[in-house]
Amino acid sequence: MNVFDLIGPIMVGPSSSHTAGAVRIALVGRKLLGGRVAEAEILLHGSFADTGRGHGTDRALVAGLLGMESDDRRIPDSFEMARQLGLAFRFGTVELRGAHPNSVLLRLKSPTGDAVELEAASIGGGRIEVRRLDGMPLCFTAEQPTLIVTNADQPGSVADVSHLLAARGINIATFQVNRDSRGGRAIMVIECDATLPASLVDEVADLPGILKAVCVN
Amino acid sequence: MVYFDSIEHMLAGAKERELPLWQFVLRVSAGDTGMTEGASWQQMQRTLDAMRACDEDYDPEARSRSGLVGGDAEKLRLAVDRGESISGPFVGDILQTALRMGESNACMCRIVAAPTAGACGVLPAVLLPYARRYQTRDSELIRALYVAAGFGAVIAARASISGAQSGCQAEIGAAAGMAAAALVYLHGGDEEQMAHGCAIALKNLMGLVCDPVAGLVEIPCVKRNAIGAMDALSAAELALAGIRSRIPPDEVIDAMRAVGEALPPSLRETGRGGLAATPTAQALRSVLL
Repeated sequence: MNVFDLIGPIMVGPSSSHTAGAVRIALVGRKLLGGRVAEAEILLHGSFADTGRGHGTDRALVAGLLGMESDDRRIPDSFEMARQLGLAFRFGTVELRGAHPNSVLLRLKSPTGDAVELEAASIGGGRIEVRRLDGMPLCFTAEQPTLIVTNADQPGSVADVSHLLAARGINIATFQVNRDSRGGRAIMVIECDATLPASLVDEVADLPGILKAVCVN
Repeated sequence: MVYFDSIEHMLAGAKERELPLWQFVLRVSAGDTGMTEGASWQQMQRTLDAMRACDEDYDPEARSRSGLVGGDAEKLRLAVDRGESISGPFVGDILQTALRMGESNACMCRIVAAPTAGACGVLPAVLLPYARRYQTRDSELIRALYVAAGFGAVIAARASISGAQSGCQAEIGAAAGMAAAALVYLHGGDEEQMAHGCAIALKNLMGLVCDPVAGLVEIPCVKRNAIGAMDALSAAELALAGIRSRIPPDEVIDAMRAVGEALPPSLRETGRGGLAATPTAQALRSVLL
């Protein structure tokens, strides 16, 4: 039981799912990209597409891309701030098969050309779930430090990554592994009990067979 | 031991540990979340501060993105200040505080969801005017917030605090139940009276549907914060006088759950039934969306 689920969060209105959750989704997208977002294509699905404008979902998403949290009073001004800060964004709608009604697909690019694509849902009370990353299905809430590793599907990768975590004394809370095909591309989602240092993420990325490692703290 | 699956277990847990209810809720919540009790208390102080800031920073000129909401709290304030209120300055203060919160939420200001953003006005609308009238200290208000959270936790576990799941009874209704318990606490009632205040408030809004016009947290949500606060006040008055809910509080919450399950989807936040289905709402929807 958490009293702040009943009295809280402190947030910018009007809707915990359509506003606060939207900020959090975009903020997670920014963290998955590894920092500043230069270009964003934002595709709204379901109720986000239908009632998003009236709920400020659009401004909330841009605010999150700029690094704001869901209680930031500047959320309503995010479009103007994006123009000043050089974030180019474009909205559209999309029909995502089997997705939660409050879902969005974000295609983000960094100033150096790195790219990330995520599909995420706002599941109520400001809580979110990332459902797909760079086309791979997965599921995490970003409520605790999460390490996401994309690798070639070959023996030893899981052991190598968990070994590095163990060496730092970081306890693993949950561990998911998925792959697109045997011997193809695999993805690990590792929720941890302690903050993940950037140096650790770099070490993971340098392991053999690892294509990409990112973290959301 | 699960304490928050029923009001009976929650009150028994507090009694067993010989703690006042507010402190029992604080202790269990802190334990479950891995927070220290001190950190939890500080966060609750920030939460109270955020409610107060929202009330004080209310902008009478602000309008929601749709243009449908804003300025009503100010109209009421002016009427109360002119001495035109039927029910007097205290009730007038409660009503206008509820509207200030609800309007601020619709206008993308910073609010505290309690338990939801749409119902953010109910708890502050009873706590802040009560504190203005009785010069209540923040520490007492924070204790009252823990009491409210305890009852809210049981409502969430046993029924729902989501309009999409159970209709507005689970948002404004739940907030009114929580606020009634908080008010009974502040006014010196015992734990049984808090439970009965909560139950009476829940009974009075049972069946309230979630029918937002154009799907927005505006019509009728803002004004329902005012009626939620009034419900809390009247339920607390009754409970403090020793009046009990003839249906035990946990059974009331079970009934609320059953009613929520019986509500058709059109009356559960889809914006398709109730007020949202009226010709005027349909016309507004076609202009806005």
